[in-house]
Amino acid sequence: MTDATSNASAGGISVSPKLLGALAAAAALIVLLAVQGLLTDPFFWEVVANGLLAGVMYALVALGFVLIFKASGIFNFAQGVLALFAALTLVGFQTGQVPFAHLINAILGTNVHFFSDTHGGENFIPTFLALLMSLAMMVLLAWLVVRIVLKPLVNQEGIILFMATIGLAFVLEGVGDLMWGANVKTLDVGLPSGPSDMIIDATGMFIEKIEISAAIVAVILVVSLTLFSQYTKMGRALRAVADDHQAALSVGISLETIWWIVWSVAGLVALVAGVMWGAKSGVQFSLSLIALKALPVLMLGGFTSIPGAIVGGLIIGVGEKVFEFYIGPMIGGATENWFAYMLALLFLLFRPQGLFGEKIIERV
Amino acid sequence: MFYRETGDFKTSYAGDIQTFPIALDRNRFWIIVAFAFLVVPFFVNDYWEKAVLLPFFIYALAAIGLNILTGYCGQVSLGSGGFMAVGAYACYKFMTGMDIYIPMGGGEYLEILLPPLNIAACVILGGLTTAMVGILFGLPSLRIKGFYLAVATLAAQFFLVWLFNKWEWTYNYSATGQITAVETSMLGVLITGPNTEPWATYLFCLSFLFVFGWVARNLVRGRIGRQWMAIRDMDIAAEIIGVNPLKAKLTAFAISSFYIGMAGALYFAVWNGAAEPTESFAIDKSFDILFMIIIGGLGSIFGSLIGAAFIVLLPVLMKNVLVGMLGWPTDIAEYLQLIVVGGLIIFFLIKEPHGIAALWRTIKEKLRLWPFPY
Repeated sequence: MTDATSNASAGGISVSPKLLGALAAAAALIVLLAVQGLLTDPFFWEVVANGLLAGVMYALVALGFVLIFKASGIFNFAQGVLALFAALTLVGFQTGQVPFAHLINAILGTNVHFFSDTHGGENFIPTFLALLMSLAMMVLLAWLVVRIVLKPLVNQEGIILFMATIGLAFVLEGVGDLMWGANVKTLDVGLPSGPSDMIIDATGMFIEKIEISAAIVAVILVVSLTLFSQYTKMGRALRAVADDHQAALSVGISLETIWWIVWSVAGLVALVAGVMWGAKSGVQFSLSLIALKALPVLMLGGFTSIPGAIVGGLIIGVGEKVFEFYIGPMIGGATENWFAYMLALLFLLFRPQGLFGEKIIERV
Repeated sequence: MFYRETGDFKTSYAGDIQTFPIALDRNRFWIIVAFAFLVVPFFVNDYWEKAVLLPFFIYALAAIGLNILTGYCGQVSLGSGGFMAVGAYACYKFMTGMDIYIPMGGGEYLEILLPPLNIAACVILGGLTTAMVGILFGLPSLRIKGFYLAVATLAAQFFLVWLFNKWEWTYNYSATGQITAVETSMLGVLITGPNTEPWATYLFCLSFLFVFGWVARNLVRGRIGRQWMAIRDMDIAAEIIGVNPLKAKLTAFAISSFYIGMAGALYFAVWNGAAEPTESFAIDKSFDILFMIIIGGLGSIFGSLIGAAFIVLLPVLMKNVLVGMLGWPTDIAEYLQLIVVGGLIIFFLIKEPHGIAALWRTIKEKLRLWPFPY
């Protein structure tokens, strides 16, 4: 049985003595680094800047997790696959692919792939319209998930729901591949790409434009989500459900509708994350693995806190880049695969509920 | 009607607490065992050995291991792939001759060289090494629970796979970074290497599954198994009635890792003959094993076997039907398989959270009373 001692609002950060301690430790670490002369190292700041921007990308995925966990207590493992599915759908609509083309061809012996005869060379549907259609698709998907998977599992233990979302991840991955094909696709939504000349000229740092756009989009997303949950009727209902399912039901809030909205919003976040990651490194299966990268972010920030997801993302992003740059070469490199998990693991030993998570109180 | 219990009296305590209290069940079990040990080896061919039976035995062993941890002790682990890698690499080191260097100071090393060991000993030592690693990664479970622990075990998965990629000593400094099983034999019969007979590897893996399946079955209904189940059902309450959570959780991690490590060793040495960490022991291994125990039944040894059979046979069956009979491309069969496996997971969690094993129990209860409803 878990219980929340303080009902921190969705957007607020409550400052506790422990948090101050953590901040003090972070400050001490920075002082230590300064002693070693790192802060005067121009590479250090470039690594930090790149880490911060990578952290924003992680935080984008982590946000989707937090939204669902707060509103339904479900730890949604499928969030990464949701992002992949959203990006695949977007590319599919954009280029005018025929859904399930492979399957149709296999059964009927036909050879259809695209609606137009441009073979995906140019945009079949304008980007903006394709985005809206993908969003509609995610909303429909959210409705299906709530109806088919979640409703029969009401009142089950969290870990059972977690495993159900692993099953959901597999289904979505299969459906996505079957519907749009598993080949690597390029996603072009008109975002700037390549290194930013302005920053190179001003500071000599090499930073990708797409990551700056991602940071801006992330800020917009967080601000609008916070406004939505603080100032709209729907947002208040959402927070009520997050606080107490039964009390929310008793004042006439429909659990099913709220869950549908939450999963739709998570689908929106997945779409944004999918667009950003897809534009950066192509739409392919590995996109769904970013969910695994978002998990240590969540552990660090706490499953229930939106600011936690952001701060956790930034810490992980900077931490793994700095570790890889300075310690990595000594032990063989490619430490980015596991560093985030180890950091989160060590951190949890001292603070099991994460940085901003609600304190876990257990009763028999 | 199907089960004749009339006249099946127990006259001793041992008879009362045996695994199969109904004579019909007991006899059927021994007939299956005798068939597997005495008849199948004469007929087993290369396809059945490599594609169906060995993977079934090996995954069943791993599933029993994970079921001990997740099904009996309630600690969800996503690190099984990493633990299998530890078993495989430890087995490799023992079968090629373990070399240990202990620094003595001043650049001097004390060198300990072990001769190449018997393959059965290698597999068990591989399991024991994994058990030690498992205890290490089980330590956080004393403070972290639920999803947080599931995610924390991912640290084991990714760190171990990375370690076996980078630490050259573990693959004997081979240029490819791959480990390849050397030729070993037991009682004059080749067990590993390229020139094995199907019946030899079949019997070797079957014996491991039989012996350790029997051990597991008796562990989980003994004192330690009851401790695990108490921890699973509610850890604080278990602590209050005198179960030591440190001991219970760490033994669960150790024994579970022991089984998964042995499965990894067999996977590498006997079944595949070669392994490479990023391909052979990736995260999907962890998920596959988790799915086996969910579909088969959490907290059931029989369920682990059924689940392993299910997950191993489903792809073979779907490939044979879709690709072999209907002539569809392989990739479509693969996607459909993903959908079917995922759908089944959801189906079982909704309809029968205790898996096929619980379904079987219900059927058995009905059959005992048949043709009467109750």
